[in-house]
Amino acid sequence: MESIIEQFINGLRSGSIYALIALGYTMVYGIAKMINFAHGDIIMVGAYVLYVSITDLKMPVIPAVLFTIIVCAILGIVIEKVAYKPLRKAPPLAVLITAIGVSYLLQSVALLIFTANPITFKSIINLDTIKIGGITIPGITIVTLVVTSVCMIALTLFINKTKAGSAMRAVSEDKAAAQLMGINVNRTISLTFAIGSALAAVAGIMFICQFQSIKPTLGALPGIKAFVAAVLGGIGSVPGAMLGGILLGVIESLSKAYLSTELSDAIVFGVLVIVLLVKPSGLLGKNRIEKV
Amino acid sequence: MGKGIFTVKNLIKLAAVIAVYLIIMTVMEGNFATRHFKSLLVPIGINIILAVSLNITTGFLGELSLGHAGFMAIGAYSGALFTIFAENHTGIPNSLAFLIGIIIGGIVAALFGVVIGIPVLRLKGDYLAIVTLAFGEIVRSIVNFLSVTGGARGLSGIPRYTNYKWTYAFVIITIVLLANFVKSRYGRVISSIRDNSIAAESIGIKVSNYKIMAFVIAAFFAGVAGVLFGHNLSILKPGNFDYNKSIEILVIVVLGGMGSIPGSVISAIILTLLPEFLRGASNYRMLLYSLALILIMLFNSSEIRQRLEDSGKFPKLPKLPKLKARAR
Repeated sequence: MESIIEQFINGLRSGSIYALIALGYTMVYGIAKMINFAHGDIIMVGAYVLYVSITDLKMPVIPAVLFTIIVCAILGIVIEKVAYKPLRKAPPLAVLITAIGVSYLLQSVALLIFTANPITFKSIINLDTIKIGGITIPGITIVTLVVTSVCMIALTLFINKTKAGSAMRAVSEDKAAAQLMGINVNRTISLTFAIGSALAAVAGIMFICQFQSIKPTLGALPGIKAFVAAVLGGIGSVPGAMLGGILLGVIESLSKAYLSTELSDAIVFGVLVIVLLVKPSGLLGKNRIEKV
Repeated sequence: MGKGIFTVKNLIKLAAVIAVYLIIMTVMEGNFATRHFKSLLVPIGINIILAVSLNITTGFLGELSLGHAGFMAIGAYSGALFTIFAENHTGIPNSLAFLIGIIIGGIVAALFGVVIGIPVLRLKGDYLAIVTLAFGEIVRSIVNFLSVTGGARGLSGIPRYTNYKWTYAFVIITIVLLANFVKSRYGRVISSIRDNSIAAESIGIKVSNYKIMAFVIAAFFAGVAGVLFGHNLSILKPGNFDYNKSIEILVIVVLGGMGSIPGSVISAIILTLLPEFLRGASNYRMLLYSLALILIMLFNSSEIRQRLEDSGKFPKLPKLPKLKARAR
């Protein structure tokens, strides 16, 4: 019984990281109607920036974390301006291929700078393991859960309560109408990319504190899984991304523990295929009716 | 169209095919080229088959498929399992066993093409791309898990049947069949779905059937390429068929031009040879690929391209599916 609960908590931890990444995918999809394939690689960039700022620049922990988040947010804006903005009117296939190109570009730049050898990184979070009853919870898990919950609550409040948040919702509903209402669409899209990338940076920091090893392809698999989470929850829906991420993490963790480690990826992707077949718009997604 | 297949045009093509074969044969049998260069001919052929077949789904049907390596893996493993079985337990002559293995690989992959075709009935665009990606990953992790396929250690002891003759033959078969397919009635239907699926549906075309057809055909040839691949390396590992392999094929198709079979062939040749000439700069290979992808996409939707097209200096791009009007 205890082990099931422990696995469940593990699942919540990786699930909340997936949820943070999935939020970036889903927000960008909601506003720019594109899959930002490079999103997963922002995690990797975040991991390397944190590593460089702590080991080479000798920054204290909190400024280093803030610096990482800012660098990733700026990178997100730059990517959007350079690679995606000229393609706003292009067919989705072209945008998707460009995004794949950007993803590879980030990976190969990291490969040239840091080589393919994994770098070990000592976790910046040092919290002791906690025991409740027979259940042990590592400190990193608690920190991850707290940080991700804070991020998600803050994001929900931001989207629902602030002016910029309403602008984002308006642009995702109807770009042209939002523009007529005096909303600066370009700035809103930039803001979305910045927030999404900042969340990815947070996820990246949590991720390497857990696994303590950095390599150029680090972001690819979590990125794909987070994307699966976003689709599972209904892409374009913010609560959907959170739900999808946590569900995915729990399913993955339980199937790793009780079914098979090799098959856990197959199970995760299998769940996605089944959900899409039953409800093509995802769990919380809105149905779109196509008009001619 | 001329009557019969013995038109002047076809005879010229046949002569070209034979001429290319003779050139390849003199290069392979003679002493002009290094062993290393000779060993590249088979991978070139395999990449041509993969790229031309992916072009059917991505270029002609207009649906992004990110799971092409998955079909390749299915073909490679099923073909290899058959030839290993045939070599050890039956007296079938080698070349016949190989031929049957290739056909089995293609058919099994095509059956999985039907499986992936079912989501096609309900999904499109980005969602479909993700399902194909998920499919590729599922295939890889199942191959990793099963004991028949050797798991992560890989399937070894596959007879080395693939040589340049087999590869050349199947490259020609693939190109001829697929080039005729896209020109046929069915191929034109598939292109019409790409251009406007709603209009196609409204004149009575069963869009989902034709989409499945395109996926199945692409899967078949990916399977064939997989069998050739397995019998060339003599060992198969699940890692050979990951997401990166699918992307690599996609890069070939995109650089060659979506919807252009000669383009795919040329770009498969260049992109397989290029890394070998750039050995010293192998780290820069992926950088170049990714930059090329981004720049081509930016160029294609830029005004410069539009102007060149209008002035007739550039061929017009095939239309990709436009963003559909979304009801609110």
